[in-house]
Amino acid sequence: MAIFSVYVVNKAGGLIYHLDSYAPRAEAEKTFSYPLDLLLKLHDERVLVAFGQRDGIRVGHAVLAINGKDVNGKYTADGKEVLEYLGNPANYPVSVRFGRPRLTSNEKLMLASMFHSLFAIGSQLSPEQGSSGIEMLETDTFKLHCFQTLTGIKFVVLADPRQAGIDSLLRKIYEIYSDFALKNPFYSLEMPIRCELFEQNLKLALEVAEKAGTFGPGS
Amino acid sequence: MSRQANRGTESKKMSSELFTLTYGALVTQLCKDYENDEDVNKQLDKMGYNIGVRLIEDFLARSNVGKCHDFRETADVIAKVAFKMYLGITPSITNWSPAGDEFSLILENNPLVDFVELPDNHSSLIYSNLLCGVLRGALEMVQMAVEAKFVQDILKGDGVTEIRMRFIRRIEDNLPVGEE
Repeated sequence: MAIFSVYVVNKAGGLIYHLDSYAPRAEAEKTFSYPLDLLLKLHDERVLVAFGQRDGIRVGHAVLAINGKDVNGKYTADGKEVLEYLGNPANYPVSVRFGRPRLTSNEKLMLASMFHSLFAIGSQLSPEQGSSGIEMLETDTFKLHCFQTLTGIKFVVLADPRQAGIDSLLRKIYEIYSDFALKNPFYSLEMPIRCELFEQNLKLALEVAEKAGTFGPGS
Repeated sequence: MSRQANRGTESKKMSSELFTLTYGALVTQLCKDYENDEDVNKQLDKMGYNIGVRLIEDFLARSNVGKCHDFRETADVIAKVAFKMYLGITPSITNWSPAGDEFSLILENNPLVDFVELPDNHSSLIYSNLLCGVLRGALEMVQMAVEAKFVQDILKGDGVTEIRMRFIRRIEDNLPVGEE
């Protein structure tokens, strides 16, 4: 999938919608026997790989599931501590899934408001008067595109750097927002968007945009 | 009235009769509920405001107009683009105040009042007050505080319908970045 995520930020900088559509390709599930040859550590309520790398499991990957059941932070689905569970030879052989830790909702909220502030800083740094805020942020693995409407709502799309046509996608998302979010009388402005139709139409628009733009890896 | 042709695979046309009837039912129900013309006018204005704050995004998403730098540009966009898009009419802009902060929109015909006659017991009812609310709400979302009111109304015997728009101030708090 060449378009990774879509975020909608309201005027005050609060995240009102997010959609992640990347298939996390960096996931590996392996069966291990005691002792585990990866060194695990607890960090930020998650169990991460501190040292040891093999078969697609890298340093920094988090424990996502044990024996097919998703872990809950540092606890297994049954409520035991993951590190304790994996330290006990009686539980082996065990199948563990590792992968890049996904952002929690809270982290996304924080990042959105941070981006909102950076967006403003972008405008202030400009040597010219009346500059816009950050429109694009580029890294080697993704490009972040941001479109701010005249009313202050920001639409942010993270996509593959080679993906084209994001500008028109941003306009299309604005149309979908004005249709399925705003024309829903039960949706209050500036609040999180929980409209089924909005999400459905957004996903459709993303599919269309991906097919129309350049093809990224995995398509 | 018809929706934009690029939306959906079928062109969605809704009969304007249904719209007139719907609006009429709304106003008469409000009159029954509130019994007092002033209250009805206020409610219509509030309803229009709620419509306006949502309609502005639809308008900006579909019309691609850029930021207006003064009230004259705003007046042009309202009359030539917005009214045309939503009501299918193009009011004319007249009676600019010397300071350039007030103008009048003259509507030759008003789709909301097709087939409507105001009875004598509702002489102070502003039937199309919804439009004033819409204008106020929409412009507030693009940082302009304005006042809109009807000064002439076909329903009251005047020749044309005239909406007077007055610019109060720019709304400076919570400005989107880059709009200072």
